[in-house]
Amino acid sequence: MGRTHEIPVVWLQASTCSGCSVSILNASAPKITDLLLSEVIPGRHINLRFQATVMAGAGEPVVAILEQIPKEEPGEYLLVVEGSIPTAEGGIYGTLGEVPMVDRVVSLAEKAQAIVALGTCPSFGGMFAAAPNPSGCMNVGSLLSERKIDVPVINIPGCPPHPDWFIGTIATILVGGLEAVKVDELGRPLRFFGQLIHENCPRRAYFDEGKFAAHLSDEGCLYELGCKGTITHADCSLRRWNGGTNWGIGSGAPCNGCTEPEFPDLVSPFYVRIPEEALLVPPPRKEP
Amino acid sequence: MRTVTIDPVTRIEGHLKIEAVIDGGVVKEARSTGTLFRGIELILRGRDPRDAARITQRICGVCPTAHATASTFALDQALGVADRVPANGRIIRNLILSSNYIQSHVLHFYHLAALDYVDVTAVASYEGTDPGLLAAKGFIERGALGPFVPRYEGDYRLSAELSQKLAGHYVEAFGVRRKAHELLAVFGGKMPHNVGIVPGGVTQVAEVDTIAGFLWRLNEIRHFIDHVYIPDVLEVARHYGDCAEIGAGSGRFLDYGVFPQAESRFFAPGTIGMDLVPGAFDVDKITESATHSWYESGAGPLHPSHGVTVPSPGKPEGYSWLKSPRYDDDVYEGGPLARMLLSYARGEPAKGIIDGILSKLGAPAAALNSVLGRHAARAVECKLVADAAAEWVLELAPGEPVFAPYEMPAEGEGAGLTGAPRGALGHWIRVKDGVIENYQCVVPTTWNASPKDDKGQPGPIEQAIVGTRIRDEENPFEIVRIVRSFDPCLACAVHMITPRGRPIGRVEVS
Repeated sequence: MGRTHEIPVVWLQASTCSGCSVSILNASAPKITDLLLSEVIPGRHINLRFQATVMAGAGEPVVAILEQIPKEEPGEYLLVVEGSIPTAEGGIYGTLGEVPMVDRVVSLAEKAQAIVALGTCPSFGGMFAAAPNPSGCMNVGSLLSERKIDVPVINIPGCPPHPDWFIGTIATILVGGLEAVKVDELGRPLRFFGQLIHENCPRRAYFDEGKFAAHLSDEGCLYELGCKGTITHADCSLRRWNGGTNWGIGSGAPCNGCTEPEFPDLVSPFYVRIPEEALLVPPPRKEP
Repeated sequence: MRTVTIDPVTRIEGHLKIEAVIDGGVVKEARSTGTLFRGIELILRGRDPRDAARITQRICGVCPTAHATASTFALDQALGVADRVPANGRIIRNLILSSNYIQSHVLHFYHLAALDYVDVTAVASYEGTDPGLLAAKGFIERGALGPFVPRYEGDYRLSAELSQKLAGHYVEAFGVRRKAHELLAVFGGKMPHNVGIVPGGVTQVAEVDTIAGFLWRLNEIRHFIDHVYIPDVLEVARHYGDCAEIGAGSGRFLDYGVFPQAESRFFAPGTIGMDLVPGAFDVDKITESATHSWYESGAGPLHPSHGVTVPSPGKPEGYSWLKSPRYDDDVYEGGPLARMLLSYARGEPAKGIIDGILSKLGAPAAALNSVLGRHAARAVECKLVADAAAEWVLELAPGEPVFAPYEMPAEGEGAGLTGAPRGALGHWIRVKDGVIENYQCVVPTTWNASPKDDKGQPGPIEQAIVGTRIRDEENPFEIVRIVRSFDPCLACAVHMITPRGRPIGRVEVS
């Protein structure tokens, strides 16, 4: 030890709403400024080379970073991908620095140490890959296996993901390396996604007693109003959101199942109860 | 003659390219290009109408609450519950949206715009004890300067001491905007992508403890707005006075009005020019042109509720995924400046504070149509909204209903118009057989970052860049300062598609 250990990070936004970036800014301990400026863990920190929402530069000088880093630091940097990747018609629906985003992701992914898919879009496709998927959006894992690129991908889903899920995963990598991040069969860190919302929901007692809310804003379990907490893996019920201020079910709204690969197509309608059989095979949505 | 291309324009939301043709040091022509298409309106078709208020938030993670608001206004109408939303439901919706305004404006000035004016590397010589600045100093000493370099160089004008002070506020503002999201979550559940705003009202009943929790957080933020944010905008204005002389757009402004009160809207709808004479807003005067967009041009400019939009990526005259919304065939700008000019001209609530700022800077009202004018208007709006929210939260009756139940109709239609942090936002919905048959959004940045229309009139950002003298073509500070003063949100702007759109009825704005 004694020497500061630094991991370069390139954070690429593809087909995204930027909500994942904004959510990570909400980190409370460590704060986002700690992550950017200080050592996440003493002696270990990240060096954020590219993040279009916060970085000072623009245009050619910053695009040069994307082109240099795979050549100059292969196998060293972490690639964070936010958003799904538009692939229809050669990727023409999304470009960055006058090059299709899909080509940017592929060339950066090939030489990365590992990839963090930040949010449900890069993890599983998410909102912009929802039917009929107008721009042919793909998640990172599927794109890389299609291109036969064998670089580890950690999925941190959530629409958006909780900042702790991202920073906790980064801290785990900084301390123990990639292999220290234990994941489920969908590549999600078990530390954050190892349980169902339902298991620790404060309204669970209502469910067990059969006391169900009839309307939004009523007391009672939200299962009849479409809550997907019974099939959704995440620790929102314990961790809560925005510095612990509140969380979805805490404000009386049904869980939308946003950390699951089925989001949004198979966990919607959001306000309609899941049929029991759909706990295994969710129904297709109605066509107009 | 030389074309300067900036792609990506960073520190905005979403993906934007700017091209500027410079001749003799002056921009002769500018092109604003949205570089991402997602098609969320297509995704909405066939779904449960209520899901629209959740799905449309994913248009933009910075101002999702504005989309939830517009969508819910449209759904209130379509589902037949618009006149039954309880007073507490209306107020809590306003509190959630106002939190989003505050967060968005603080984020914009400090984290998106300030690095164009403040040299954070001045912190290297910092000698004080502020932990945020000391962390920044240690960061610089390690020599790892990402994400603060590379950057444009050569026009940072603040003294080292002032740069350090504002860099400290840059760090502090991260905490303030985070607090504003906590404020939003008090009644909205979480942020980004709140779960509280729903057709019929909101999901969470207000109690005394949550009212107090909201007010306490808000008061802390108001202190920052009054004593840090507004003074910092003035400080930047004093050192970058020429930014009051660049960036004038079309000189015509509009807003749909925002924050419904019992009778009217806190900021009322209207149009205005630099003559400062407000005009009535008529939704039927909106048209969209696709002449220079990567969509089939069709039958010419159409009202958005009649829009026909078919992607055509190879179209030779196209250069953007944005269409060109126009009002009464003219180019209009939206945003805090539009709302503040309307409020200023009507006398309240913006008049006093804007006059105070203008007199401190020795500037005429005409200077508001500029880069600095947009920053000042945003800061003033932030204060007015935060101060108003502190009154609204005390209007809540603890424990009273916030939601009106309704039966889902098989058919219905609605239009939801609201002012959003970045400008005028409209959602239109048509429900048939219990599902969404058609959904249409016209969003703020589509107005501001639009390409040329069918008449060849450039969009507001393009107009704002043209005619600007560029001191150093390698470091075109002027262009990025102009573009960022609009606070563009391309995440919002570039999602339009409603193939075979159909008329969706008239809209009334209270």
